[in-house]
Amino acid sequence: MIVELGHFALVLSLGVALVQSFVPLVGAHKRWSGWMAVAEPAAMTQLLLIGFSFAALTWAFVTSDFSVRLVVLNSHTLKPMLYKISGVWGNHEGSLLLWVLILALFGACAAAFGQNLPPTLKARVLAVQGMIGAAFLAFLLFTSNPFLRLGEPPFDGQDLNPLLQDPGLAFHPPFLYLGYVGLSMAFSFAVAALIEGRVDAAWGRWVRPWTLAAWVFLTIGIALGSWWAYYELGWGGFWFWDPVENASFMPWLIAAALLHSAIVVEKREALKSWTILLAILAFGFSLIGTFIVRSGVITSVHAFANDPERGVFILLILAVFMGGALTLFAARASAMEAKGVFGIVSRESGLVLNNVLLTVACFVVFIGTIWPLVAELLWDRKLSVGAPFFNAAFTPFMVVIALVLPLAAVLPWKRAQPGRAMRPLWGALALSVALGGLVFAMQTGRSALGPVGLALGSWLVLGAIVDLWGRTGRGELAGRLRRLSRLPRADWGKATAHAGLGVTIFAVAGITAWQVEDIRVMRPGESFTLNAYSITLEGVREVEGPNYASVMADFRVTRDGREVATLHPEKRSYPVAAMPTTEAAIDYGFTRDLYLVIGDAQEGGGYAVRSYIKPFANWIWGGSMLMALGGLLSLTDRRYRIAAGARRPPVAVAAE
Amino acid sequence: MRLAALLLAGLLATPALAVQPDEILADPALESRARDISQGLRCLVCRNENIDDSNAELARDLRLLVRERLEAGDTDAEVVDFVVDRYGEYVLLNPTTGGANLILWIAGPVMLMGGLGLAALYLRRRRAAPEPAAAALSEEERARLAEILKD
Repeated sequence: MIVELGHFALVLSLGVALVQSFVPLVGAHKRWSGWMAVAEPAAMTQLLLIGFSFAALTWAFVTSDFSVRLVVLNSHTLKPMLYKISGVWGNHEGSLLLWVLILALFGACAAAFGQNLPPTLKARVLAVQGMIGAAFLAFLLFTSNPFLRLGEPPFDGQDLNPLLQDPGLAFHPPFLYLGYVGLSMAFSFAVAALIEGRVDAAWGRWVRPWTLAAWVFLTIGIALGSWWAYYELGWGGFWFWDPVENASFMPWLIAAALLHSAIVVEKREALKSWTILLAILAFGFSLIGTFIVRSGVITSVHAFANDPERGVFILLILAVFMGGALTLFAARASAMEAKGVFGIVSRESGLVLNNVLLTVACFVVFIGTIWPLVAELLWDRKLSVGAPFFNAAFTPFMVVIALVLPLAAVLPWKRAQPGRAMRPLWGALALSVALGGLVFAMQTGRSALGPVGLALGSWLVLGAIVDLWGRTGRGELAGRLRRLSRLPRADWGKATAHAGLGVTIFAVAGITAWQVEDIRVMRPGESFTLNAYSITLEGVREVEGPNYASVMADFRVTRDGREVATLHPEKRSYPVAAMPTTEAAIDYGFTRDLYLVIGDAQEGGGYAVRSYIKPFANWIWGGSMLMALGGLLSLTDRRYRIAAGARRPPVAVAAE
Repeated sequence: MRLAALLLAGLLATPALAVQPDEILADPALESRARDISQGLRCLVCRNENIDDSNAELARDLRLLVRERLEAGDTDAEVVDFVVDRYGEYVLLNPTTGGANLILWIAGPVMLMGGLGLAALYLRRRRAAPEPAAAALSEEERARLAEILKD
């Protein structure tokens, strides 16, 4: 019964979304305030209905209701509760329901926190949001209904893919969706502004928090996915340039460009039409990502959907929304006249350069991702574009960004003298080059990747510190320290995020250049040395888990006779899903991870053992978290809180 | 992130770790060349995984093939050509620059040039643009400004 109610709520929400798409739009056009006012309750109702529907599906999973097809396919009575719940979105239908739920959540947030928006703009934003909702609800109901019942329910389910039974992966999709779907807000604002024919500093200020929030969620989501791949897949890779990874990375790059160009709109009223275009593209890439993940057109390692019918439907959504928005853009963009005047060298031009680099980098990833498809369609060539291409074609952009970022970040607005802006940075630059040089001298004969990564990373981190310190003005130390603590949160956010990028760049270069690997056969009792560590296999035993059986090894790791860690890598097999997984055992450390994997029993005794020293592994995700933290700090800046609260009674809470 | 690969690997009888101890060549120089080559070759039954990382039987066969050719004295390029001749261009994770693939390789630099050119044009226009007269505020905007300044 609850399942049917959930299904019904979903159908009802489609109706509400359709009303929300048209009534406020007409109202805004005709200036009928009654019609415009429909948007707000409609957005709220949509959230309630979809929320109920999602709760109903969760209920079916939690109670293991095996008359529901989706539950049979993705759950099992023995599965731990956390994974029964995460099983709701661990499949195509459920994840799409989560997608529309988040879409409705963002719409409702815009309705609740948008009190200070001009009424016509607000009505139009919510109408566009309603259209996106309606499109995806239709997609959900007509091609991927999660509430289908089975005539003859089985006794037990087929279990969730064991790889998905992991805390990291339980939270990876919701964060990614918060990011993808958050970009729909930027899109709705852009389209509404185009209909309105007006983009000004205020628009820049409204659209930026949404973009920032979406970008923060995307950053966290991508980092979680990459971390999961690192510890779960058994060889410690963290990024594979897989089409589906690229699908999340492209919107991330465009969103990063967008949140920088929105600053120019906000502060200087320039780059308006470009910012609108970026907002449209950012959501466009989210949709392309959805298409890639769920259509199966491009062979990816992600097993999600591969249903051509669904692919066509998403392609249709993509075509309608991108086609519509870009047509509107072509017709209206010329009306956005820029106001700010600035020199060839200025903060503005630095941000323009940022946008060029990030956008072109995104398009490089895009072309690489779809090239196999293009080559097959046009020239009937079956080829692959893999990590070597992306490493070669994409990395230079990151290097250039890292090189120019610290200087561009301290350039003054309007007109700048690069020599003068560079003055406080010389020390940071010299120190970074010296660090790189020192390490290069110490590691004789190895690739320059590590030292270059270190120099770039420290240049970014030191540059961010110099930037922040420079904001405190002149005078004695005490006064500057006091001012440092009172700097706007946006300044802290900027410095934190830029430093985070530096940390991640260094970590990626470090782990790639300095990783140590060993592959061998070991019998219980044997030991070997890996760099300074001595690793002993003490024994191998069989262990029973709640829904799996495992072969577990006991390793003792010592350094200079002192014990560092005991590690227990496993090889599990899940009988219901009939597949094995490797569970690496990792001793996490600040400067290195020790990564052990146990393999098959060998003919003639012993087990295959792989061991790695992964230098600075944690720094990859630490840097990502710094970037996300920087975004959050920026998001809590006073100017957004004021903008959000200006015309509201004091009880209301600020956005986010 | 490589679910399907592992799903597929799961279908094959006993999935092993990627490079197995018994595959490793005695000569470390040859072995390290083999690893480099393997990382550029795609495992055909997996999706988007190189044979060095893959658990599939076929990947193991290819790894052994690469090592066999190296021991026979082939250069790296000859080994890769040998594999491409048998399995087609599809095995190359690093696409060649031949034919239409040239577009793929030069797309980045060309777009960058184009982007920088457009940006330069824009910046010149912005520099030359006349400073706009401070736009007069509407009554509504003035009220709003007063409100913001109060905070």
